Amino acid sequence: MNSVYATQNSGESMISRLSALYELSGYSRYRMSKFEEYELYARNRDFLISDNIITFTDTDGKLMALKPDVTLSIVKNGRDEPGKVQKVYYNENVYRVFKGTRDFREITQVGVECIGDTDSYCLFEVLSLAAESLRTVSSGGILSISHLGILSGVMDACGIPENERPGVLRCVGEKNSHELARICRDCGADGDGLRAMLSLVSVTGSGASIPDEIKALSDGGVLGESVYQLEALLGALKRAGFADMIRVDFSVVNDIGYYNGVVFKGYVPGIPAGILSGGQYDRLMVKMNRSSRAVGFAVYLDELMYLGADSVAYDADVVLLYGCDCDPAAVRKKAEELSADGSRVLALRQLPEGLRYGKLVKMDGGT
Amino acid sequence: MEDMLNIALPKGRLGEKVYGMFESAGFPCPSVLESSRKLIFENPAAGVRYFWVKPSDVAIYVERGAADVGVAGKDILAEYEPDVYELLDLGLGRCRMAVAAKKGFRDDRLRTLRVATKFANTAKRYYASRGRDIDIIHLNGSIEIAPILGLSDVIVDIVETGTTLRENDLEVYEEIFPISARLIANKAGFMFKGDRISALFDGLSSQLTGII
Repeated sequence: MNSVYATQNSGESMISRLSALYELSGYSRYRMSKFEEYELYARNRDFLISDNIITFTDTDGKLMALKPDVTLSIVKNGRDEPGKVQKVYYNENVYRVFKGTRDFREITQVGVECIGDTDSYCLFEVLSLAAESLRTVSSGGILSISHLGILSGVMDACGIPENERPGVLRCVGEKNSHELARICRDCGADGDGLRAMLSLVSVTGSGASIPDEIKALSDGGVLGESVYQLEALLGALKRAGFADMIRVDFSVVNDIGYYNGVVFKGYVPGIPAGILSGGQYDRLMVKMNRSSRAVGFAVYLDELMYLGADSVAYDADVVLLYGCDCDPAAVRKKAEELSADGSRVLALRQLPEGLRYGKLVKMDGGT
Repeated sequence: MEDMLNIALPKGRLGEKVYGMFESAGFPCPSVLESSRKLIFENPAAGVRYFWVKPSDVAIYVERGAADVGVAGKDILAEYEPDVYELLDLGLGRCRMAVAAKKGFRDDRLRTLRVATKFANTAKRYYASRGRDIDIIHLNGSIEIAPILGLSDVIVDIVETGTTLRENDLEVYEEIFPISARLIANKAGFMFKGDRISALFDGLSSQLTGII
């Protein structure tokens, strides 16, 4: 084993591998300021993962914020140009409070945005990049895909009133069939509609295809169009070699006020939470007075610290213990030899107490 | 060992009942019921590892991925809103979240209502949905004495039989929601161990006829 390569999943190495992936697909780097006017986030609070924001007043008296999110800034600073598509990726630090804590953390977020006159190819390309991003992080990843048009269409077919829809979406997000069935029955849903609704939270799962109960309900309206769009996308992803990592999972329910159409979430083995999240967010564009369409995703690199935790069992793979009369150039040369296989070599004159290392190499004067 | 299904059970009588259901569902680990101070038990043949944890901590173990599945009360799920799947109502440990007050209490809406509770988020959400201005007094135990000593007007707490309330001259004023034990699962764990979790779900569901 060589430790330097074994721990490449964390930090800058991962960022550069993901950046290379996006650049090779023609996405250009988008750079931005660390600050934005607070108003941008105040107006779109529900779009943010955490609504706690670090604010300060600038020298002009304007209330500013340290960025808790990147997408809003990219959307705000773009322009609508008919027929054009802007393809960008970013690698930025954002500042958020994590759920269950009261402390702000600075985290590095990498992501992709495709904004403008987007078509079905753009959607496929972004999902392909999401799947490739998971493969870059680790083998065996899973991309869970949902379609908010299907959720809305099934709710329409069941006659779920607007005031009950947040509760229904919460149940779908939790795969909570017992409460979902109660709400739907209270709303008068039964028969095919209820069966389709419950298929959204199926624990058995339907792999990479849309449940038959939903197809049976689809018509020429929103539901039918959404089923057609998702089936076409799934087919293209399977043909592109991603069949082993895609799942249809309607528990991916991003905020319906901002997102529409396809939404997705990515998981890799060994990390207890989703590390990638994205979707089509045309509704956010409308809220920000943009006429373009948009799709994108973010990779949460802070979650990657869970990966390969066992591989850093030592402070150094090799400790090179040199004597007082050793030639510094010879010590350096020996350290370089030892690190040729990727081992982390720590050269010291004395062995400190408590240091954890894999191998000890002693070097006497002149050798 | 990574293929083991990790299950967090709530310590106590409810946990023992729940284990019986898991065993009947095809996930046995007989050493779980041996009296000892051990907290982790494995049955490699059945591919299962059980942990006994404090009932209020089960959701944390599952949300953070230390356990793939667990059993937690709806009171804890409603209070902490962990990002987990809530797969099944097991119908065990039935009780209710309720507002209780001294007998004959009248809610004077001209005043801020003082609410003593362990379940601050639950209380805040409930009163916010009713547009009622409240002052939360967070207590960790013996909530029932707060209205008697004038510390609060009402309490928001779990009510099982109502005996403790009656003995302290209190009564249920409003019911908030029913509580029972729920099977929960880690979302990432579900992606990678979905088949085994589905088998557990099916094995447990088949035992619920007549309970739910």
